Amino acid sequence: MAILEAKRLTKIFGSDPKKVIPLLDKGLSKEKILAETNMTVGVNQADFAIEEGQIFVIMGLSGSGKSTLVRLLNRLIEPTLGEVLFRGKDILSMSAEELRQFRRKNVGMVFQKFALFPHRTVIQNIEFGLEVQGINKKERREMAMQALELVGLKGWENSYPEQLSGGMQQRVGLARGLANDPDVLLMDEAFSALDPLIRKDMQDELVELQAKMKKTIVFITHDLNEALRIGDKIALMRDGSIVQIGTPEEILMQPANKYVERFVEDVDLSKVLTASHVMIKPETITLERGPRVALQLMRSRGISNLYVVDKSMKLLGVITAEDAAEAIKTGQSLEEVMLKDVPTLSPDTVINEIFDTISNTKVPISIIDDNGRLKGIVVRGAVLAALSGNNDLEAGDSV
Amino acid sequence: MNLPKIPLAEWIEWIEDWLKLNFDPVFKFIKSTIEGMVNGLEFVLLGVPAVALIVIFAAIAWYLGKWRMGVFTLVGLFIIQNLGLWDKTMLTLALVLTATIISVVFGVPIGILSARSDRLQKVIQPILDFMQTMPAFVYLLPTVTFFSLGVVPGVISSIIFAIPPTIRLTNLGIRQVPSELIEAADAFGSTPGQKLIKLQLPLAVPTIMAGINQTIMLALSMVVISSMIGAQGVGADVYRAVTQNKTGVGFEAGLAIVILAIILDRLAQNIVKKSK
Repeated sequence: MAILEAKRLTKIFGSDPKKVIPLLDKGLSKEKILAETNMTVGVNQADFAIEEGQIFVIMGLSGSGKSTLVRLLNRLIEPTLGEVLFRGKDILSMSAEELRQFRRKNVGMVFQKFALFPHRTVIQNIEFGLEVQGINKKERREMAMQALELVGLKGWENSYPEQLSGGMQQRVGLARGLANDPDVLLMDEAFSALDPLIRKDMQDELVELQAKMKKTIVFITHDLNEALRIGDKIALMRDGSIVQIGTPEEILMQPANKYVERFVEDVDLSKVLTASHVMIKPETITLERGPRVALQLMRSRGISNLYVVDKSMKLLGVITAEDAAEAIKTGQSLEEVMLKDVPTLSPDTVINEIFDTISNTKVPISIIDDNGRLKGIVVRGAVLAALSGNNDLEAGDSV
Repeated sequence: MNLPKIPLAEWIEWIEDWLKLNFDPVFKFIKSTIEGMVNGLEFVLLGVPAVALIVIFAAIAWYLGKWRMGVFTLVGLFIIQNLGLWDKTMLTLALVLTATIISVVFGVPIGILSARSDRLQKVIQPILDFMQTMPAFVYLLPTVTFFSLGVVPGVISSIIFAIPPTIRLTNLGIRQVPSELIEAADAFGSTPGQKLIKLQLPLAVPTIMAGINQTIMLALSMVVISSMIGAQGVGADVYRAVTQNKTGVGFEAGLAIVILAIILDRLAQNIVKKSK
């Protein structure tokens, strides 16, 4: 079951929001409604379900309603219509006290401009959520110190926020959001105010942190590259409506409409696509088959080399047709003649970084996972084709 | 066209009589409370030998501010003592402190309430304007009716005149807390009370202290006026000098008020700086 679910979630800003609902049902646009009623559609009937442990990115340009949407999820802004279900329980029907408990225990938040309390030290900031819960001083200090270590700021606990750099301040913000160990962490443009280099570090760290802690994260951003880098699922918003929800790959490869298409047009694919997107299935052979079988296989398939693997697909080396023929003549085994020094990369390597390796080698690059298993190979032509937007590659085309 | 005059003066006097008739116990209670406070403070201030108190004040000024402030306090208070105005100045100080304490006790909560409700702020704002612009002499009269002559109507008039800055700046200080911080406090599940204690009040302290500082100054500026209805102290000396055309005596008493004002002002300001 989804941990957090929105159903027809809607926010209208204006004097009499209920009046707008029938117009929404009729499918009128945001501009039309504004012209007719002088009321603004902040979020228009958003539907989505977030699975436990996902990084769910809500992405859109400024004014698209993404910051409003995230505030509807913990009722910092009161929705006009719809439902927000946390583990199946509707938070819109919660009393003020229930809502407070929900905010204290289940959901943390990180803000764009950090929103640290200037009169409190770093550790007091991180403690805040625990303090309002009434956790005793010793216990909450311990929990806060753990969160502080998690974001790598140990030793800064007694500094004041103004003494820290922007990146460090947002680490404090992150630690504050994580201190009460919430089920869901809401991050509203959390990295947008940071320098590009620091932002990239923070993105990496967040992904790492998430892998470790398995938090469900709702991440708001206006930066598509950021969305593609960290998102497991991306919801693209425009004028208060969600235009498309999908994995980063789906958004890139199958844009739902012209808007999304134009959006992703400018993406630097070399920084987004990874080896796993462009790799093809290699022809393999196991070691004990010997050179004769290898040569036969190559002939029948019309290829010039084979990847030698063991039974669990662990990569051992590469054998070329000439080497195989040579081995048959001299009576050597596959193991003796195969090329063992094969260039390898992990499936998560972005294409940008593949370039360096690929230009220094004649053989295709092998893509292997953490256990050394062969997942695929990347050939030069496929990389170039992917960058030009043509993804319909056929194995062997440019080998 | 000749409309008859609205009998505003008659109405006000009718209300005054009605209050006097029906709320006498309340006024008696207020009177004895204020008298008690003034007498208590005066007892403490005059109970300590003048020299000792001067040194204590100078030490506090030095601790809160710079050494120059300490020296000024020391010299200034010795001048007052030397002019033979020490007892009267301490009575004036007791009066001002009483008015200030009562102003803070009522002003800060009223300021907090009006920061929380736009409607209340709209009601309070014109009342404060009225209290500050109505000439102080005008409400000397009813206070005398309710509390008879002496120190109490002086303190009451001082409070009416001096409380608005505390209310206004408390209201302002709390409203100035950035909305994103309020949002953050909400997002972590604070109750309204926790928000006030842990976030709004601490951030508003410098602004509130600036308001209290103004309240002290305004209360001090009322001491001469209060002396017209029988409040004693250095203010009474100034008033007497004016009526008897004695420039020198008037200047001496005036100087004592100025010294007291500067010391109180700098002390209050430095408390703000220390608290930051």
